[in-house]
Amino acid sequence: MSLQFVVDGLLTGSMIGLGAIGVTLTYSILRFSNFAHGDFMAWGTYATLAVVSAIGATFGKIAPIAPLSFGWPLLVALVVGMAFTALLALLLDKVLFSRLRSQGQAIIVVMASFGASMALRSLLEFTFTSRPTYFSRAIQIAMPVGFGIRITPDQIALLLLTAVLVLGVHLLMTRTQTGRAMQALSQNAALARIVGIDVASVVRVTWVIGGALACVAGVMIGILVQIRPFMGFDMLLPMFAAAILGGIGSIPGAVLGGLIIGLAEAGAVQLIGAEWRAAVSFIILMAVLFVRPIGLFGVRER
Amino acid sequence: MIDLIGYGAFFLTTALIFSLVTLGLNLQWGLTGLFNVGLAGFVAIGAYTSALLTTPEDAARLGGFGLPILVGWLGAMVVGGIAAALTGMATLRLRSDYLAITTFGVAVVVQLVALNAQKLTGGPFGIGFIPRPFGGLAETPLLFNLSNLAVVCAVTLIAYLALEHLSRSPWGRVLKALREDERAAISLGKSARFYRVQAFAVGGAIMALAGALQAHFTGFIAPDNYLPILTFQVWVMLIVGGSGSNPGAVIGSILVWGIWAGSGTLTSVLFAPEQQARAASLQIVAIGVMLCVILLIRPNGLFGDGPRRPRLDKRAKVAAGESGSGS
Repeated sequence: MSLQFVVDGLLTGSMIGLGAIGVTLTYSILRFSNFAHGDFMAWGTYATLAVVSAIGATFGKIAPIAPLSFGWPLLVALVVGMAFTALLALLLDKVLFSRLRSQGQAIIVVMASFGASMALRSLLEFTFTSRPTYFSRAIQIAMPVGFGIRITPDQIALLLLTAVLVLGVHLLMTRTQTGRAMQALSQNAALARIVGIDVASVVRVTWVIGGALACVAGVMIGILVQIRPFMGFDMLLPMFAAAILGGIGSIPGAVLGGLIIGLAEAGAVQLIGAEWRAAVSFIILMAVLFVRPIGLFGVRER
Repeated sequence: MIDLIGYGAFFLTTALIFSLVTLGLNLQWGLTGLFNVGLAGFVAIGAYTSALLTTPEDAARLGGFGLPILVGWLGAMVVGGIAAALTGMATLRLRSDYLAITTFGVAVVVQLVALNAQKLTGGPFGIGFIPRPFGGLAETPLLFNLSNLAVVCAVTLIAYLALEHLSRSPWGRVLKALREDERAAISLGKSARFYRVQAFAVGGAIMALAGALQAHFTGFIAPDNYLPILTFQVWVMLIVGGSGSNPGAVIGSILVWGIWAGSGTLTSVLFAPEQQARAASLQIVAIGVMLCVILLIRPNGLFGDGPRRPRLDKRAKVAAGESGSGS
């Protein structure tokens, strides 16, 4: 077995991990598992793709940045796409989730997110059809880095981007007042309200972070694999599994969980075959639920 | 005219099979409050089990045991029930969301097995030559459709009566008690987890039976029949009908299947063939929005007695206060 699976696993793991941050935050702060999170990914990716094409139409063909397959238009488009996805999440919360939350039935919100997920995904299928598209059709030459591992410049750039984003979110959660307010709300909502934390603004920040990171994860899939309306829905089970494996509410946990699942998937692809890939997250999920349901870094609920 | 009756019988048969799934979901969600977003997986388990047991022998895959259809249905219920019981045992001691995520995973894995375990399930091409209950009548379509309808009607009626009886029995009352106020029910000495696993297993068995019925009605199954869209359709049926109510589950299924089939016919008339796939996705958008709107404005559906609402809370408190002052 070649060590190539380490690179593949880390990349898949980064995508899963970035998505799982959003899942774990909504779960711990808003207290429901959001089945529409995968579709935020897909919507963010298509939004980014639309902006890239718009820039291409206005400025003509732009050469990519030296070794990478993409140029500054994609970077600009990514920022726009992140803002768009965050707005989409906020909008969905305003018209749907917040109203159901106020009725006080957590599981109804889950069901609504399931319905919203179906509607969002099918709307993408309607607009862009289910045919896969790509940011770039250029083929990159992978460089050997020793131990039989090969890696493309795009992959290195995206791994670095993930590391920066995760560090940023971690600092935000631990070093800023907003982050502390989010932690307080997830640990004890009633007490957080008593000490005067502005719940509405914490909820907004949660959606913005979750939506923006989902968009980045989606664009990563778009650059390295392909863009399809189902791209996010297919990531849903790995993201949930990563969030639970890492421990609900823990950002480092979600990322580590994502990396573990990504590595396990890549290993399984080599050992058993690519067609069984999706079963890996399910097996890990069941193992966690049986052995340690609070996950690696989870806190027992009071 | 004959065509119309034939189509009507065909439509009702499909709708009633759906209502059987919805009845199973109603036992899990409506009565017990267990959230199953992978029900397509349990329907698929039933369909494949029954198909394996009853089809004639096939060299390309395992089995084809050629057993009678009734054995296939029973087998489907047993396997579906066991699968649901295992799922329940793994997750029901945890938060309710974990059950949702796990059932979602079950559906994904069942779909994977159906697609990839060629030796067992025939892979993407599925299983054909599933014996049909009145196969001899296939020469005269009308008679064939009507006799199928009669069988499905009978099975649905039996399941309906059994579930109505169950929900009024002491067992059903415990489930309702657990749904309304878990602590109170536990303090009366009822094991919450045990009852919930039972309800989840029985619901799963009913869904599997519905899958088996459908398989024998069409004579052919493939993994594509059990995509998440099926789960979604059944949920909409239950929510429209009103969760917690068995008549609601049946009427909701017929109503939603009517809307679904009707809008399907409409899009096939209105849109050019190359636009059909896109139009079909718009259909799903419409139904998804409908689910969300119903949840927002009429969470109890048409007939539901759903979980207790805040405004009933007040009444309950008043009643408690009165009885307190009376004693």
